[in-house]
Amino acid sequence: MIGEWLDIGWVDEIPVRGSRTVQVTGGDDIAVFRTGDGKVFALADRCPHKGGRLSQGIVHGGAVACPLHNWRIALDTGEALGEDKGCTPVIPVKVSGGRVLLCRTSTMKAAA
Amino acid sequence: MEHQPPFPDTVFSKRREHLVVIGNGMAGCRAVEELIARDPTRYRVTIFGAEPHVNYNRIMLSPVLAGEKTFEQIVINNHAWYATNTIDLVTSDPVQAIDRAAKTVTARSGLTVSYDRLLIATGSDPFIIPVPGKDLPGVISFRDMADVDHMLEAAGKGGAAVVIGGGLLGLEAAHGLTLRGMKVTVIHLMPTLMERQLDEAAGWLLKSALESRGQVILTEANTAEIVGDTRVEGVLLKDGTLIPASLVVMAVGIRPSVALARDAGLEIGRGIKVDDHMVTSDPSILAVGECVEHDGNVYGLVAPLWDMCRALADGLTDSHSGYRGSVTSTKLKVAGLDVFSAGDFSGGGACEDIVLRDASRGIYKRVVVKDDRIVGAVLYGDTTDGGWYFDLLKRGEDIAPIRDMLIFGQSFASGGGTADPKAAVAALSDDAEICGCNGVTKGKVVACIGAGNATLDAVRATCKASASCGSCTGLVETLLAVTLGDEYSGERSVKTMCKCTSFGHDDVRREIVAQGMRSIPEVMQKMSWSTPDGCSSCRPALNYYLLCALPGDYKDDQQSRYVNERLHANIQKDGTYSVVPRMWGGLTNPRELRAIADVVEKYDAPMVKVTGGQRLDIFGIKKEDLPAVWADLNAAGMVSGHAYGKSLRTVKTCVGSDWCRFGTQDSTGLGVKVERMTWGSWMPHKFKIAVSGCPRNCAEATIKDFGVVCVDSGYELSVGGNGGIKVRATDFLCKVATEEEAMQYCAAFIQLYREEARYLERTAPWIERIGVAYIRERIVDDAEGRDALAARFLFSQQFTQDDPWAARAAGEHREQHAPMARFTPLDASREMA
Ligand code: SRM
Ligand SMILES: Cc1cc2nc3c(=O)[nH]c(=O)nc-3n(C[C@H](O)[C@H](O)[C@H](O)COP(=O)(O)OP(=O)(O)OC[C@H]3O[C@@H](n4cnc5c(N)ncnc54)[C@H](O)[C@@H]3O)c2cc1C
Ligand code: SF4
Ligand code: FES
Repeated sequence: MIGEWLDIGWVDEIPVRGSRTVQVTGGDDIAVFRTGDGKVFALADRCPHKGGRLSQGIVHGGAVACPLHNWRIALDTGEALGEDKGCTPVIPVKVSGGRVLLCRTSTMKAAA
Repeated sequence: MEHQPPFPDTVFSKRREHLVVIGNGMAGCRAVEELIARDPTRYRVTIFGAEPHVNYNRIMLSPVLAGEKTFEQIVINNHAWYATNTIDLVTSDPVQAIDRAAKTVTARSGLTVSYDRLLIATGSDPFIIPVPGKDLPGVISFRDMADVDHMLEAAGKGGAAVVIGGGLLGLEAAHGLTLRGMKVTVIHLMPTLMERQLDEAAGWLLKSALESRGQVILTEANTAEIVGDTRVEGVLLKDGTLIPASLVVMAVGIRPSVALARDAGLEIGRGIKVDDHMVTSDPSILAVGECVEHDGNVYGLVAPLWDMCRALADGLTDSHSGYRGSVTSTKLKVAGLDVFSAGDFSGGGACEDIVLRDASRGIYKRVVVKDDRIVGAVLYGDTTDGGWYFDLLKRGEDIAPIRDMLIFGQSFASGGGTADPKAAVAALSDDAEICGCNGVTKGKVVACIGAGNATLDAVRATCKASASCGSCTGLVETLLAVTLGDEYSGERSVKTMCKCTSFGHDDVRREIVAQGMRSIPEVMQKMSWSTPDGCSSCRPALNYYLLCALPGDYKDDQQSRYVNERLHANIQKDGTYSVVPRMWGGLTNPRELRAIADVVEKYDAPMVKVTGGQRLDIFGIKKEDLPAVWADLNAAGMVSGHAYGKSLRTVKTCVGSDWCRFGTQDSTGLGVKVERMTWGSWMPHKFKIAVSGCPRNCAEATIKDFGVVCVDSGYELSVGGNGGIKVRATDFLCKVATEEEAMQYCAAFIQLYREEARYLERTAPWIERIGVAYIRERIVDDAEGRDALAARFLFSQQFTQDDPWAARAAGEHREQHAPMARFTPLDASREMA
């Protein structure tokens, strides 16, 4: 039986105020973010507006600005902030002993 | 062998149950204290301690190291306490095995004791990073009195120490060793100190304060090896730096001490698993303190332990109350540094930050609010209200009624339910100081407003109040409202940079230079930013302003750059990238064309197109393939075309006098020279140049940021044009006689633009704003000034003219191109098997 969490690597591999992606065959990438406060979040790497790669945006506070048209997306809820409306799926993520762990079911669902 | 207790059970009327405690530390002894307070006769108690001491206050080891306290002063329970309470204390004898079937524990000396109830309170083990040299004499951790004795002995000999780890413990160790006369370097892996407790802003303040005390703080520094023959001689970093040291303190973290419990077969997660009554998977065995995991959490501070000990003692005396987990707060115990943090301050969607910064007093306060409740707080410089915020947080108090005054602290916010900031400001005396930076009193501000300065910007310009750090902006605005009443509309003539600040671009630039600021967190602190780490508008602007002010010196912040500049390619709507190599002056040759053709085929680029900027654009390249594409183009001598940057884009040329029947000068040759001089520079916005060989102007030089039109007698220079949505033809600047002059004017103009335009302001709107007469004054009339500008431009070019693609192709920032992990879901039936 495979565990409930997928180990994707060390926290330090994600730049502070930046992100890395995780590829899931057959589905969208997952964007894994690290904020200025060192917290880690994961979202489907797809802007609710027109599918921009959120992993490539500028991370500030608890949000990321999409690189295509600058929508701001909350990292914890995946909701678009301000005037914009839309939501991108959140993938539960946790950090344990310096390793970043993604929720297995949600990750695999992202591929479905 | 059965140990003889000093207090035979016979003195008590009934046989007491035997409670054996492993660990004579903070949690173990506190649990016993709580138990005795409830029922002093129910249990006979034996405590095993690995250390030779009675129970002392571990958190006070820092003041002992710093020389502020003696060991005697930090003892919590002396020998008399153990005697009075008939507790059998076994010191210097760690328990090595638990036999759950026989209900006995055996210590290193061989001593075996049987128990009715066993309490494990073994605390934590310091984490030792697995680098070569970690076992050399002189490498220690910071956990107990023996470590402090080691440090004091080393410090007695003087010399240098390295502390690995810039968290709470590491900084306290560094502080103590500094006071003891050692030269201390702190090595920290993360970009900011105490990153688990502090945000970037507070971390930066802390770092500056420690540096001013003489400590060397290296952030983003990775230890490769501890070097030395028979004992430690220094620390070698991954980047090759060697720091000599006779003492190395590792303070990189702690791990719950679970070995004993694991060997005994108890259920272990990150710590020893316990229920709400601190009972482990064996009903006769309890555990408490840093060694436990409760509800998925492990703790590394004392406050939660007190609560655990309460629940534990209640359980042991059959009045179960239960432990429900703790929210923690942290304070740094370093004299003169007031640092406090509590709760969760990572922010996020529904969270709002309330930030107060006071640069002159070195204060940063941030309270994170979610649904009208405080969820986190970070305080630096003034922590008096830490306890109050923490209390509001723990109680989940609705702060809506005091929200506007919350950040000013308890005494202000609870100044009666009626506290009205307007009334409070109106009540200030005339000589009360409003602006600390510029020494402006209330009387002066009011007089200034009375003299007709009816906006914040006018007040700033006239009496200078709030013009430097801006932390009194709120006060000045209130004074405007109080003095002008309904007339005050709050209108501003200066557009602020973004919502994070009350200053405009020009103010920020001016202060960066005037105050010699050197980093983004420094600007945010000194100019009272209202957010903890800015936004996607101000971060890139600040990054550019600093880069421009400190050529060669400023460390570019990659995360403050828009993706195109971070990845040195243009992001497309499908997430792929386009790649445009430079073609100097629009010239190319078979070798370059072949290299491009090869790249198009090799990487399956779906399209290649001639751009409007006279070069070729390769579309549809995957992020992962970018480094390889660049390596191939580099091999043919091509470099980045910066088609993605707020930087020099293209220098368009026409064929000129070499071929064209109308050509007056070598426009192609000049274009190439100009591009060689200007490529690679970062600017407020994109910048385009063109050189046409005659007034027919085939290179469209009069709609470029800098245009050259060649004529028989020389070169006509013009500036401030662009195509785009709003076409603007250039303004004529002047005519010069030689190519050298044309180049020099170009360099000077670019530098003026770099130094004075606002971020994302192209030359056309910039010149519309300031007027072309000003440009002529600076570039044409003032020869000396022109020389100086051109010299500053060429100086800064020294640092930016390496091809960013070459560095990437060689592996720099490799992480930006590769995914962190890849998964292929297995088909469900196989997964179940
Ligand atoms: C590739 C190219 C179109 C082409 O296939 O010819 C192009 C493509 C884009 N242009 Fe352009 N512009 C291109 C030449 C031009 C020109 C012609 C020129 O340079 O002579 C102009 C008019 C001249 C000018 O700049 O004044 C031009 C005026 C703009 C503008 C309007 C600028 C303005 O100040 O109003 C924008 C929008 C902006 O920059 O904010 C823009 C923005 C863009 C962006 C960056 C849109 C974006 O933000 O993603 C396009 C990027 C596509 C990509 O991923 O590569 N592009 N763009 C040309 C690249 C030139 C090069 O070799 O570097
Ligand atoms: C220098 C320093 C400064 C600190 N500052 C703060 C602070 O400011 N605020 C704060 O909240 N917290 C602070 N802490 C953390 C705090 O000290 C701990 O959270 C607390 O001591 C944990 O209590 P404990 O009983 O679980 O572990 P400990 O106090 O470590 O007690 C465990 C004891 O068990 C002993 N032991 C381990 N294994 C065995 C065995 N097999 N047999 C017998 N004995 C054994 C150990 O020797 C130790 O004496 C600091 C810690 C240090 C080291
Ligand atoms: S004209 Fe518009 S669509 Fe065409 S490249 Fe420029 S920005 Fe893109
Ligand atoms: S696709 Fe993200 S903002 Fe448009």
